[in-house]
Amino acid sequence: MIQAFAFYLFATLMIASGAITILARNPVHSVLWLILAFFNAAGLMVLCGAEFIAMLLIIVYVGAVAVLFLFVVMMLDIDFAELRAGFINNFPLGFVLAVVLLSELVLGVGAYRAGALKLGTADGTAAPSQAISNTEAIGALLYTRYLFLFEAAGIILLVAMIGAIVLTHRQRSGVRGQNIAKQVARRPEDATFNVQPEVGKGVQL
Amino acid sequence: MIGIEHYVVVSSILFVLGVLGIFLNRKNVIIILMAIELILLSVNLNLVAFSAYLHDLVGQIFAMFVLTVAAGEAAIGLAILVIYFRGRGTIAVDDVNRMKG
Repeated sequence: MIQAFAFYLFATLMIASGAITILARNPVHSVLWLILAFFNAAGLMVLCGAEFIAMLLIIVYVGAVAVLFLFVVMMLDIDFAELRAGFINNFPLGFVLAVVLLSELVLGVGAYRAGALKLGTADGTAAPSQAISNTEAIGALLYTRYLFLFEAAGIILLVAMIGAIVLTHRQRSGVRGQNIAKQVARRPEDATFNVQPEVGKGVQL
Repeated sequence: MIGIEHYVVVSSILFVLGVLGIFLNRKNVIIILMAIELILLSVNLNLVAFSAYLHDLVGQIFAMFVLTVAAGEAAIGLAILVIYFRGRGTIAVDDVNRMKG
């Protein structure tokens, strides 16, 4: 009973906030509704026992990706009203496409209920043990069978990070930065000298 | 009783919302990126639901990789968006035809 209530609450909130994400006038509001959608999706994942992925979703999406979106939306000075100009014109085609896609998916689910294709079942080699928690089971699987894929994921993240830095880095002219090599190479005899100024005369610097 | 069908229906509705978002906001590339995030979220939800349904953890492992790629995609996409804005002063993507591809 409480599971059904929680499921419908999370699902309704997730779909509603997803809809407002794509319909909102202000992209900042869109990002905030997207965050709500992610929280509710994490709730749905917790409901079916995948708490590790749920927490990862909140940490990665809400903590990193959504903040990145907010940062970019607020950093760029964009006239959003002008960007919404084609909204009404695009609506009929997009709506027809969405309805067609949704009916196809519902048809697929209906056909599945009528009798699923026999594609074989999961072989059970990766079945979670009942005694350990979800996080522990994922760790045991991830660091053994999927170790190389895990490292490949790390390399993907590294490449994405370097790529983002390389893309957005720019060489500015007229900036007085520090030249460490020049500073280190400087000797005291180049930098200081003794003078004997005459009375009433200044010193050449 | 909540079954796998409920999860499949919810995630397909979210998927369709993401596709609709791409069509509705064709000029605003920020909203398009957010719609792609919605699509990937629905895929993740599907993977996790089927992982619980089949008692097979591989679905959750795969959801983690999808999450990784989605994070990298968002970072690169937003970086491209920032340099595009620097060059053009706008992010309207319906007139990106400078290369006449």
